[in-house]
Amino acid sequence: MQRRQSSKTPKQPLQIHHKNQTDLSAWRKGGRIDPEKSVQNHQSPTNQKSDSNQDSLEQALSYFEKVQDHVSLKKNNVLQKHLITVESIALQRGLPPEGFDVLLNVALSGKLADTVNTRLLKSLVPASVIPETSVVSSVSWLCVSKCSGNIQLLFLRWLITMFDFIDHKEQLHALYGFFFSFLQDEKMCPYVCHLLYLLTRKESVKPFRIRRLLDLQAKMGMQSHLQALLSLYKLFCPELVTITLPGKMKTYFKNSEGPWKAAINAVRRRNQENSPVLQPLFLGTAQPQSRKRKWNTQLIIPASSTNKNNLEEDREKNRVDLYSMNESFPVEQLQTFSQLLQNIHHLEFPSQMGSVLTNPLLLHYMNCTKDESIYLRLYYWMGQTLQEECTWCVADNNQYEEEFKDFLETVYKTECFLQEGFSSCEEFLYKSLPLWDGFCCRSQILRLVSWIPLSSFSEMKSHLYDPLAQLFFTSSLYFKCSVLESLKELLQNWLNWHVIHLDSESDSQVHSLNTTLSGLVNVVAELIHFVGWISTVALRLENNPTFLLYFILDFYETVCDMYLRYNLPLLIMPPAGVFYPALLSMDSVSLNQLCYIMYRYRTNLVAAKENELSKTKILQFKFSSQTYQEYNQYIIAMVGCLWTSSAFQKDIHPQGLRMDDELLKKTTVQEFKTSFNIVYHPAMMGYAVLFLQQAWPDDTTFNFSLIKGKKWNWYLEYLYAQGLKGLKVFIESSINRVSQASHSKAGNVQV
Amino acid sequence: APGLIPAMESADGAVRTLPSIGRLSRGPTFGRAHGRFGLSPSGRLLPPAPRSQENADPQRTAFLLRKQWTLYSVTPLYRFSDTHLRDYARLLSAFIAAEKQKGLAVEVGVELDIKVSVSSLPDLKGSDQDQAAILVQLSSRSAASSKNSEEKLIWSGWFCCVSGDDLSENVPEDFTCLPLFLANGGESYTSIVGSWFQKTFDCCFRRLAISPLNLTWMAAMWTGCKVDKTASAMELVFSVPCLPQPLNISYAIHPEDAKALWDTVQKTPGEITQEEVDVFMDCLYSHFHRHFKIHLSATKLVKVSTAIASAHCDGIIKFLQSQYLTGVLMLLTELAISQIQ
Repeated sequence: MQRRQSSKTPKQPLQIHHKNQTDLSAWRKGGRIDPEKSVQNHQSPTNQKSDSNQDSLEQALSYFEKVQDHVSLKKNNVLQKHLITVESIALQRGLPPEGFDVLLNVALSGKLADTVNTRLLKSLVPASVIPETSVVSSVSWLCVSKCSGNIQLLFLRWLITMFDFIDHKEQLHALYGFFFSFLQDEKMCPYVCHLLYLLTRKESVKPFRIRRLLDLQAKMGMQSHLQALLSLYKLFCPELVTITLPGKMKTYFKNSEGPWKAAINAVRRRNQENSPVLQPLFLGTAQPQSRKRKWNTQLIIPASSTNKNNLEEDREKNRVDLYSMNESFPVEQLQTFSQLLQNIHHLEFPSQMGSVLTNPLLLHYMNCTKDESIYLRLYYWMGQTLQEECTWCVADNNQYEEEFKDFLETVYKTECFLQEGFSSCEEFLYKSLPLWDGFCCRSQILRLVSWIPLSSFSEMKSHLYDPLAQLFFTSSLYFKCSVLESLKELLQNWLNWHVIHLDSESDSQVHSLNTTLSGLVNVVAELIHFVGWISTVALRLENNPTFLLYFILDFYETVCDMYLRYNLPLLIMPPAGVFYPALLSMDSVSLNQLCYIMYRYRTNLVAAKENELSKTKILQFKFSSQTYQEYNQYIIAMVGCLWTSSAFQKDIHPQGLRMDDELLKKTTVQEFKTSFNIVYHPAMMGYAVLFLQQAWPDDTTFNFSLIKGKKWNWYLEYLYAQGLKGLKVFIESSINRVSQASHSKAGNVQV
Repeated sequence: APGLIPAMESADGAVRTLPSIGRLSRGPTFGRAHGRFGLSPSGRLLPPAPRSQENADPQRTAFLLRKQWTLYSVTPLYRFSDTHLRDYARLLSAFIAAEKQKGLAVEVGVELDIKVSVSSLPDLKGSDQDQAAILVQLSSRSAASSKNSEEKLIWSGWFCCVSGDDLSENVPEDFTCLPLFLANGGESYTSIVGSWFQKTFDCCFRRLAISPLNLTWMAAMWTGCKVDKTASAMELVFSVPCLPQPLNISYAIHPEDAKALWDTVQKTPGEITQEEVDVFMDCLYSHFHRHFKIHLSATKLVKVSTAIASAHCDGIIKFLQSQYLTGVLMLLTELAISQIQ
């Protein structure tokens, strides 16, 4: 039965947690869906003025708790002071839950004069909720009739108005009979009817109660409030109430909102304004709809709300069973662990799946369910919202860019939380990237790219790579770096997924889709080749800046380790267009990074080779000989460049450094043969100079040829101490030094 | 030599296939197979012969004619059941009353100012898989409390799916596919009703605009349809872009002339291709150019009116012939589906 609930269409603000993962204790502790309360919690520690208010309110409450009988208001300044405190705070901020017990007790006990009681009752405006216990105890006061009839009436009106603010209603329902007995009081009757109307459930309808109501009606005539209650009884139990009731009635009950409605609204408004923390966290749901846009074109993440109409209906009246489920428990109402245990078999998602985006608890639950329909619901909602709100695909949307950014941000955080991409998001990217200017919502879009799901069919080229490449080549250095960064994350997300997947191979449901390992390998390879290609072009376009090289090599740090770290039988060497700029970089950072990468390639390739030889695994992928050849070509070039000074002679890569001696002589560079090794390499020369200064402080000739033999080893130690760890692991692994004591540099690099 | 790794050919020289692996995301995989990303198909089948003779009574859908309907696409409704239509009407009417009263309490089941009826329109179907259309009507009672007071229809809207197999075949049981929604009446009511459906069945409404390309399709398809009575002229309205003042060009063609032209263009009866539509429109454009020296191809087609129906690019449609109702709806259903997939 939908009654007052409809007046409170849930518009709770949703807290969006800035953390991507939220611990469960957060919602357990402060998670009561209770905007006002949380507003208060947020605001009180920051506001000194409200602290002093808090103190005086506490004083007033303790005064009223202990107040003696028959204190006259006129003569007692203390009472006046405390009464004014309560009134002003109540109207400004509302009263905290703990205040109601005290004040209701005082007002209904008849200790004080009616003027005081009236003023107290009128100021009972809740800041958040009203505890049920305080209402129950005040009903007991009502039963002993200590207070006057006017106060009783005012209390009933208050109760009707505040009904929705009472935190629980179970005990109140238990008092149904007490309330019913008040019907005989002629003055109270209309208000009691209203209250009963709010409280009535199907089980409350009893034949004796119907008889009593009919008697009353016979006595008092057709009264609208009695008819209201009767019609409700009839709705629940048509078989028991056989009289015909007039079908149409404008209003059943007089306006009983009294003096509180305006105060409630004012308090609510005020509390919302005053909350500096909560305000920016609202997303759509609670924002004023100032935008004059057509219906349904505003970006709103639905509030998480159970469809109360339906549930209420289910419980009370089996006839209407919208969801054809017997019972269900809304996840967002979970408060305790025992509740979770009791209801774990019939937990239900909110009526609009979109609301999970802002609710970590729901996301946790989503992570554990296998129900595909929840993903489908989310898919439709998100897909439509993204398309409708896209600021560059829909005309006139550009004024709402900030909002759209926030939305994309939320989607991205959700993907991080769930550790998987949404297919609606993927499709949105595919549709909108060709139209994107590369500027609008840049960081959000590029972050979403990193969560594009790995799929069996590779449509990446036309839908992702082509549009991205166009933007990449025509945009700034920083954009290029951002793209590389997000593609690195994309690769890592794929690889992580693959690893997790290998671990849970028994999980057959997820496997049933038709992706194969070779399919996966192909898609990953395609991504790596794409990055290799754009990196090569970008290095030429931008003239090999270290900054760009860093992002490129960062990508390859993941690539070089795929076999060992991610258990993926794939290794792809960087293209020559990346390798040689890094090798000949003027910067030791890039060279060091390259050394580390080549070391990892080696480790992976050696491990693969060993696995191949031992044949321990049945399904074994093998790297093609081409990968090994490429690696070997690079390693020759690197050793020539860093160690043997033979890069020009020995490099056998087709795009490598090999040059004829004749040609080299024409350059008129003296000693060209030694111009590339860890001493002479332009990225290392700085270190060599510093080393010389330290080793031969008196020598100012910069005689690099002094670094040889034992000094060569010292120099190596010096380099390692400078933080060139990549160089260290590379030299230690890839250069087989016959004997540490050997003096000949050339002799050091025998296999 | 440096630390080279000896190369070795793999046994079969290629990667072998491991048992299947899933996708990185859960979510539907369909929608990709069909007209990906809203691209129009290159050819369409004409709807089968009008069903009016078979089982549908034109009288029962006559009220849908000659009204302007605003088009929306709707994603599949979650846990909608057409056995609960009366309950939906009750809840929806309470929702409307609550919305109108801005938060005051409202009782369910009580007679309210606005009466809501939700009913089924079984005639509006293309195939047996289609869900029967659902009609929502809001009518207001006059203020007088007399019981038999006149009810005035103030808003109506209907969900339908005509040959929407592309969508319905791929959607699990819990979902009901009624991808096309048409509304007539104040937008405030559309908004309330739409919000209720969105909240209750977790679906999404979006305005469905008709692209100029699809308008040309409509022009061609409708030209080819036979109409018994002396039909009204076919009218195409074009808007000229980039002008300080809006300028619309109306191009009216005698329906028989248009039909004659179309008959020379169309090759296979019962089937239309994109190429034929282009040729048809080009002929009309060149004829216009011969007389007025204006290249209509450089303008934007905004409206097509024929004896069958008229359609505006903003997503507004008016049906004029009940026998072609399902045919037009079939095309609109297709457009709606391509917008939600």
